[in-house]
Amino acid sequence: MADITKSRTDTPTLWVERVHPAVWALGLVMLFMPAFANGFWLFQVFGWTFILGMIALSLMFLAGYGGMVSLIQMTVAALGGYGVAILGPSGVAQISLGLPWWLYVPLAIAIAALFATLVGALAVRTEGIYTIMITLAMASAFFYFTRQNYGIFNGYSGFNLVVPPQLFGVDWRQPVPFYYLTLGCAALAYAAVVYVARSPFGLALQGTRDNPRRMAALGFNVTAHRIAAYTFAGAIAAVGGILLVWQNAQIAPGTAGLPAVFDILVIAVVGGLRRPSGAFVGAFIYVLLRTFSPDVLTAFGLSNERFKMLIGFGFLAMVVFSPDGVLGLWDRWRARAGRRDPLTGKERG
Amino acid sequence: MDGTNAMTSRLGAVSTGSALELRGVTKMFGALAAISDVTLTVRPGERRAVLGSNGAGKTTLFNCVTGDFLPTSGTIRLFGEDVTTFPAHERIRRGLRRTYQISLLFTGLSVADNVYLACRGVSRGRFSLLRPRRGDPLLTRSAELVEAVRLTAARDRLVSELSYGQQRQLEIALALAGAPRFILFDEPAAGLSPTERAELVAILTGLPSHIGFIIIEHDMDVALRVAESVTMMHNGRVFKEGTPAEIETDPEVQELYLGGGHG
Repeated sequence: MADITKSRTDTPTLWVERVHPAVWALGLVMLFMPAFANGFWLFQVFGWTFILGMIALSLMFLAGYGGMVSLIQMTVAALGGYGVAILGPSGVAQISLGLPWWLYVPLAIAIAALFATLVGALAVRTEGIYTIMITLAMASAFFYFTRQNYGIFNGYSGFNLVVPPQLFGVDWRQPVPFYYLTLGCAALAYAAVVYVARSPFGLALQGTRDNPRRMAALGFNVTAHRIAAYTFAGAIAAVGGILLVWQNAQIAPGTAGLPAVFDILVIAVVGGLRRPSGAFVGAFIYVLLRTFSPDVLTAFGLSNERFKMLIGFGFLAMVVFSPDGVLGLWDRWRARAGRRDPLTGKERG
Repeated sequence: MDGTNAMTSRLGAVSTGSALELRGVTKMFGALAAISDVTLTVRPGERRAVLGSNGAGKTTLFNCVTGDFLPTSGTIRLFGEDVTTFPAHERIRRGLRRTYQISLLFTGLSVADNVYLACRGVSRGRFSLLRPRRGDPLLTRSAELVEAVRLTAARDRLVSELSYGQQRQLEIALALAGAPRFILFDEPAAGLSPTERAELVAILTGLPSHIGFIIIEHDMDVALRVAESVTMMHNGRVFKEGTPAEIETDPEVQELYLGGGHG
């Protein structure tokens, strides 16, 4: 846990002083990435990492702080994406309304967040595996609904030519602008989660995770807090979904198909559910595997469809050896390194 | 704490002079009556001990009063207001507090955060997305509460790292948050060392006089030193009521509860 309580009363320090130097270094590298990475890396690898990271971050918020494993996050993201496709301009002119961007972007986020709230209102009455089942059922229902509904969701073919608005004369789908757009959104979402985790709302959510009965005995409305958590997480997932549609320039039912729904869970668990940064670590690993494993597999004479097997094995290994994800591995390695003598490398008593 | 004061005066208008009033409260679990037909009145500021052997229905009584369970029949009034069907958090916001027999704390949070949550639970801004600023009155209040239960040295530690006795102290701090008017203590001395028991008695007797409480306690030394009246329960029913002296000398009570060994 980040310890803000200390800083509240002890010698006052600026928040910038409390950030680890490695974080500053990482931030600088991120900021100047376009200077040494090509368009493919910026757009495909990092852009996608930030997008999937945001959607996984919304799951991390619910599962890590709220103890609620929701499989609806990818669906909420896709609804955000459908929102911009339907409300804004797209290649399907007979459905898309073509509203201005300042209207359709907030509306799409609001609609997705409202949907997340409604799903939350049903899901928070369940615990553990039942939460997983009910959100999975709704994710599945959404997939089949979008595939069969042609009036709003344009059925099987979905929407194409959904691109970001030409704001400030910039084509935001070019690699460098898109990199900064996704980096900016991801950084904001990350900062929002880190900040809110220590706010009364975030603390109360962690309280409901640890002990819902006691929270009620302290005067908190546990159900309302959990539903509000779905709304907050839904808004973050929606932003990720909108960026995802802009990246692909299209959206179809498969965007929120069950494989995609499970991928978000895999990303969040592989990265680690205990800290917000885990979502992005998991997303980066996933994107690297998705992007480069086909080449590796074909080099060994295997079908490039087998990348799913690699991801599956990775997930299995993670669940067996480090249930708290890559970040958990890192924490344990740091703890062990801290006990070692720096000269001899031997563990201290 | 302005909100709570406003609430106090609003409720004062409907108050009938009792802090807690139970009428014919029955709680069935299937065919088993955990408590049956319990009628009990406690004045504001009164300190009452509830005694009885295991299974006498003491904790079920607390659970009905706080709203963890709804009673099968009967009515519960809190400062004159009928709260029988209110959810737990609504009763808490009206000045009721409780501690648990087995500590129910937020083990993943620090001591300071636990107490801060308790203070936040009974004030506005429970859904606030803004972090508390330095000098926030609730932060000051939580620091005072941490001090009051002698946990200042452990304030930044995770609850999962505390000793059993420290967890019991924190349990009390959570019940004192906000403006409590009536507290239910469920075996606060269980598992404490003799020194810790003395501290507990000091904390309980040191509570402001307008705060009434009911204490369930097996340790007669603790129970009879902090309480001015006693209710004996047996098999889910109220068996006897009286002053500590009356109860201690009552032959029926001695036979039933204290046993021959206590003499």
